[in-house]
Amino acid sequence: MDQIYSALLTMSLGVAGCILYFWGSNWLLGIIFPFRGQSHEQAARNLRIASSVRPWLFLGPALFFLFLYLVYPVIDSLRLSFMGRSGEEFVGISNYVWLFNDPEFQESLKNNVLWLLIVPAASTFFGLIIAALTDRVSWGNIAKSLIFMPMAISFIGASIIWKFIYDYRPTGSDQIGLLNAFVEYLGFEPQAWIAVPFWNNLFLMIILVWIQTGFAMVILSAALRGIPEETVEAAVLDGANGLQIFFKILVPQIWGTIAVVWTTITITVLKVFDIVLAMTNGQWNSQVLANMMFDWMFRGGGDFGRGAAIAVIIMVAVVPIMVWNIRNAQAQMEDR
Amino acid sequence: MSATQTQARSSTLVQRMKRISPLTIVVHLSVLLLVIMWTIPTFGLLVSSIRDKDQLAVSGWWTALSSSEQNLIARTNAPSTQVFENGVYILKGNIAPEGESVEVLAFGSSSQDPSAFEPGTTSTLRNGNTLNVETNGDYVFSSEKEFTGSRGKRIFYQAVEKPRWTLDNYREVLSSEGLGQSFINSLTVTIPATIIPILIAAFAAYALSWMQMPFRGLLLAVVIGLLVVPLQMSLIPLLRLYNEIAMYFGVGAKSYLGIWLAHTGFGLPLAIYLLRNYISNLPREIIESARVDGATDFDIFRRIVLPLSFPALASFAIFQFLWVWNDLLVATVFLGNGDEFLVLTGRLRELLGSRGGNWEILTASAFVTMIVPITVFFTLQRYLVRGLLAGSVK
Repeated sequence: MDQIYSALLTMSLGVAGCILYFWGSNWLLGIIFPFRGQSHEQAARNLRIASSVRPWLFLGPALFFLFLYLVYPVIDSLRLSFMGRSGEEFVGISNYVWLFNDPEFQESLKNNVLWLLIVPAASTFFGLIIAALTDRVSWGNIAKSLIFMPMAISFIGASIIWKFIYDYRPTGSDQIGLLNAFVEYLGFEPQAWIAVPFWNNLFLMIILVWIQTGFAMVILSAALRGIPEETVEAAVLDGANGLQIFFKILVPQIWGTIAVVWTTITITVLKVFDIVLAMTNGQWNSQVLANMMFDWMFRGGGDFGRGAAIAVIIMVAVVPIMVWNIRNAQAQMEDR
Repeated sequence: MSATQTQARSSTLVQRMKRISPLTIVVHLSVLLLVIMWTIPTFGLLVSSIRDKDQLAVSGWWTALSSSEQNLIARTNAPSTQVFENGVYILKGNIAPEGESVEVLAFGSSSQDPSAFEPGTTSTLRNGNTLNVETNGDYVFSSEKEFTGSRGKRIFYQAVEKPRWTLDNYREVLSSEGLGQSFINSLTVTIPATIIPILIAAFAAYALSWMQMPFRGLLLAVVIGLLVVPLQMSLIPLLRLYNEIAMYFGVGAKSYLGIWLAHTGFGLPLAIYLLRNYISNLPREIIESARVDGATDFDIFRRIVLPLSFPALASFAIFQFLWVWNDLLVATVFLGNGDEFLVLTGRLRELLGSRGGNWEILTASAFVTMIVPITVFFTLQRYLVRGLLAGSVK
């Protein structure tokens, strides 16, 4: 409990500090560049200076944090990826040479490509279907809320939920995992699903699809509702059936949103490591880049050079999406 | 109710029935199926976490409500309690454990064949003794010779075991598995890490929306770019930086302050982006007229912008709260695994390693970690959805 109090105290101090900064710097600005009781020109000049400085005071803390926690580390990671394990000596591109010859990395890369192909596609697909279906039933909001719920669960919690489903008991004893019980009910042999190379990747991906579908559903459902009614009515009058309306009228109008959902999930996929860490920790050929990076950060005391090199590979995969996002946002701002 | 009203109502019902086409039924059923598919994993976890741990280990949670057959062993009362009646020595009693009741399906006298006899039949055993066990567990064991020894004779039987529900699993994980401590650690990390970035981001968002300044477009582009920077890029440089700073001051590199600031930094791009989208869409007239009245930017921000942006602030707060609470990576790197620092996700990961087969521990622990975010989710879902819609770069 003491800990909570001290956290609350630190927090109040922090918040008070923030307020003091914003208020104090503003006040200081008024002292240094006063505009009352000055000659006309002087007041006008001071006012101009103060109003050109003030935005930077407002932005200051944010810029500081963004720089220290995001901009500088990106640059430093790039630098470190050319350094040795302690990050002190320059080793050229040998980290990258090692990386591309490392079987574990090749396997991670292959698995990551699979993840990137399957998870965004499956989540978006299910999200779209569920969004379209739930809009048609009276209890759709409850249904949506329940399907959306996994979003609130941590990756590691979700991993436990699914590990329990995949649980394996040898033939003959009662299965306590839902999947194996079902498989046995159908008359097949139970399997230790997460230890079957290649296919175990799919079982891990299901967890992320389970979590991300709710996100896709919420965004796509809003997009579907934003479609002008007239287009659907016109199609109905022309005699289109439900499926035709969905695929030929509705989906083409929300391509933009589908792309947004797809890319957002793609980025999540690149960063996810908790699921692999909890389920297999990369055993049975299920390694992915993010978990491999985490592993090298601490393996044998930590190899900063190699860890940074893997981080850079992940970053390189993100850059196209980043550029696309910025261009989209800029185009949108110009529209306004 | 008058007859015409009844008639009117039934006719609308008929009309409604007619309108329910097969397609509508299919839609309803598919939605139902999808909802079941999505909720059953969590539901199974919840049910399992309140089952008795012995039952949990041997049967699926979906059988939790039905009774199961089990082979059990009981002992008769000690020979010292025997009575001598009609020329035979008799031991009497009930095989049910203290304070419980049983439903015997069959019994026997050897472990090889616990279901040799029907309950209620007096059976002669190989050595000439007779044994009868009633369905309710009452037994009569009789022998022509006196019972000897200090312990009772063994009775093997098959009984129906009723489902047992318990909160023991929760009691155990909260105390002896250290989840209680981790719960407090998680709160310690999450609350400041949610509130600090909001304040910083709100000022920045206001500046980027309503103040005249150069490079505004460029700064916005940078913020949007930083939205997608993978956390992995930040970890190693920051870990090194933290170590150096800690060494300089001669303190440990793992601290709550360190993780609050880290989460502040990582949460800022989304916070600024969300809040700027909202704040820049506030009606221009309000802000202009306040300016004309001589209000400073600071006053406008405090008196007008901050109260009006409550929905956006709430959206981001929920996002950040869920993200920080559920985070494992940042916590592992910047807080480590010390007992006073281990957050719920970290504890869960540790239990997964050390208690991997103890599902009663894992299910209860997982549910403890989920309870707060799920409550937040269901009570404040509206703001979460709004934040999602505003936050995805369109």
